[in-house]
Amino acid sequence: MTPRQRRMTLVAVIVVGVSIASALALRAFRDNVMFYFDPTKVAAGEVKRGQRFRLGGMVVQGSLTRTPGTLNVSFAVTDFKNSVPVKYDQVLPDLFREGAGMVAYGRLDASGTFVADEVLAKHDEKYMPPELARSLKAGQAAAAGGAGGAPAAAGAAAAATPSTGGTQ
Amino acid sequence: MLVELGHFAMILALALSAAQAFFGLTGAALKRERWMSVATSAVTGQFLFLALGTATLVHAFVVNDFSVKYVANHSNSALPLFYRVAALWGAHEGSLLLWICVLGVWSIAVAWRGAKLPPDYLARVLGVLGVVSFGFLLFLLTTSNPFERLLPAAIDGADLNPQLQDFAMAIHPPILYAGYVGMSVSFAFACAAMLEGRRDHLWAHWQRPWTVMAWAFLSCGIALGSWWAYYVLGWGGWWAWDPVENASFMPWLAGTALIHSLIVTDKRGLFKSWTLLLSVAVFSLSLLGTFLVRSGVLNSVHSFAADPARGIFILSFLVLMIGGALALYAWRAPSLGSDVGFEMVSRESFILFNNILLAVATAVVFGGTLAPMIADTLGLGTLSVGPPYFNPSFLVPTLPLVALLSVGIHARWRRGQLSLSKQRLLGTLAIALVVGLGIVYGIYGSTRLMTPIGAVLGIWIILSSLVDPLLQLRKRIALPAGVLGMTVAHIGVGIFVLGITFVESSTIERDIALAQGQSHTIGGYEFRFLGVENMEGPNFDGVRGHVIVSQGSKVVADLHPDKRRYFVQGTVTTKAAIGAQWNRDLLAALGEDLGSNSWSLRLQYRPMIRFVWLGAAIMALGGVMTLFDRRYRTAPVAATANTQTTGDPVQAST
Repeated sequence: MTPRQRRMTLVAVIVVGVSIASALALRAFRDNVMFYFDPTKVAAGEVKRGQRFRLGGMVVQGSLTRTPGTLNVSFAVTDFKNSVPVKYDQVLPDLFREGAGMVAYGRLDASGTFVADEVLAKHDEKYMPPELARSLKAGQAAAAGGAGGAPAAAGAAAAATPSTGGTQ
Repeated sequence: MLVELGHFAMILALALSAAQAFFGLTGAALKRERWMSVATSAVTGQFLFLALGTATLVHAFVVNDFSVKYVANHSNSALPLFYRVAALWGAHEGSLLLWICVLGVWSIAVAWRGAKLPPDYLARVLGVLGVVSFGFLLFLLTTSNPFERLLPAAIDGADLNPQLQDFAMAIHPPILYAGYVGMSVSFAFACAAMLEGRRDHLWAHWQRPWTVMAWAFLSCGIALGSWWAYYVLGWGGWWAWDPVENASFMPWLAGTALIHSLIVTDKRGLFKSWTLLLSVAVFSLSLLGTFLVRSGVLNSVHSFAADPARGIFILSFLVLMIGGALALYAWRAPSLGSDVGFEMVSRESFILFNNILLAVATAVVFGGTLAPMIADTLGLGTLSVGPPYFNPSFLVPTLPLVALLSVGIHARWRRGQLSLSKQRLLGTLAIALVVGLGIVYGIYGSTRLMTPIGAVLGIWIILSSLVDPLLQLRKRIALPAGVLGMTVAHIGVGIFVLGITFVESSTIERDIALAQGQSHTIGGYEFRFLGVENMEGPNFDGVRGHVIVSQGSKVVADLHPDKRRYFVQGTVTTKAAIGAQWNRDLLAALGEDLGSNSWSLRLQYRPMIRFVWLGAAIMALGGVMTLFDRRYRTAPVAATANTQTTGDPVQAST
């Protein structure tokens, strides 16, 4: 091969290689990007069947139930307009508690229950995932429109105060 | 009063950094020796004021001066002394200060070690460092001042985030920053070469050791962060493709490409403009990494906008630095031709493949990390990109990268023939196949495709790195430090690949409810839960569990996972307990109290996870070893003359 041919081969190899890599990466990206939905969007049927997505909202007070002897828990998540039942069978994170915000990864089953494979509540009381804060704010505004503002805001404030029952 | 003094010292440091930038750059341009020497003195002066300023803030932390806002927000009188000092870099303002201090240390090292460099080149390097330092100091003083007072003073502080109250996390930021900032030294060398319009490639010889040093720090810093995430976050993963992790990983990937392309530029005068462009890219990614993590933009584009002054400053600084460097590059790069060629299977072309694959890998991480931010900004919805994207996409460039490494080690400079080393290549591959497949199917027994591939490639890298140096030693030929370092670093890569392969394919994780006295067996290890007891610490209380792990009749680990509640912030953190051995970790973490002496527990068996961090540490060690090569101690001009005539030690040895 002449030096010119050699150089062209090298360039061709590189171009082909890089294109294959980017095609594969783009495909993986398209297939695996996860969207965020709040309970209202879930109730509106915006989620495609079998699609894995992130669900965010507040854990409804008094909704947490456990199956004795197992790790199976179920609870409801709300954005103050709609709520979605959630099932989970692993250890819940430290900051998970009723009345606090959480984000979960998972899918909807046939009955409309969200089967979570990962639950996150890793942020401190002051911090909330931004999309959660936004959808909660929207939900509260809607609730305030119907119920006169103050109670909803008070409810949210109560929800944000730390509970200390976690350790015992 | 002391803190005001510190604040004032920082303002003086700002003025000195401006002097350093101005006299360094214009002094070199106008060839005024006195001006150039002012730049060197300015570096020393700036360092002293930075040290003074930082010392006053450290003092405020040590004596619990809660009239300083930053101290009040991030420390507490009950916090142990060690963490009070480390709390300095526990948040945005302090970590910026740390960045600047580390830059001060690197700059003074350059001024000191660079006495051998041509004075105008050194002046330009210091000038560019002055510009970087000026930008950061201005940012610190105008938008993120840690010296601000709090009136009235707080009675006690709000405490350091409990998850940061950990040894690895206390030393992780300084080491990581030493890497980030070191890359700006590397960048300054490249910029100085472009400003001067050097036609030779001596700059690559000067830039190389600094870049390797920075890269070694970066490797250690990332490994420490990963180790911390593993045992403090408690849920056992060693890498989650979290944006914060990716932010440090991108400059590392590009930096790895850079230390390889610098070798080619240094030794053969090739890839000059590519190396310069890479230097700019690595620095840009370091800046991006610093700002991504600390600016809040990762949480949300909107929280970034919540503090517009910071956001606008960061964006303009990034645009000015990166844009300026790229403009300089566009102006100078066309004049940097290479007049020598190389053959298809020479070492040069293998390093070229290495660079392309690493660039693709960087792009894969970059795209996945920034896509959510871009989508959010453009209003395309809230999306997240996680391991399902990163894991397969990242393998596309890195699998050929590690496969070609074993072949590339045997390639010679310039000449294109592998036939001479064909025997070694096939021999090492055969041994790697036997050993690798033996371990996979004999010990771990995996059904995944990637497990045997990873195991064989990892062992192949180790063997092929060793074979040439061992043959040299048998012939009693002394190995130069450069070759030894390269060998060690590549063995580190092999160990790293082995670690990832086995930890990813053979880990067993189980979340389970256990009553006191009950046990559960995973992977042949029986975890017996013996209950919990109360515990008390200096600034927390909580419960400590007791789990005994036995294999057969032998007790192999006695684990005490705990759950702590920190008084000040009221947050609960889980500390997993890990029974570590060189070839496996056994992990137990407490979940929740399920009542009647029963707890939920997370139990894990992770084979060879230590190899991941060990591999990274060995890579860094290899990098540091190359710095002791004789080539860096001899005068630079003589060294290049040597390269051009007889060839250098590395070349001679291959």
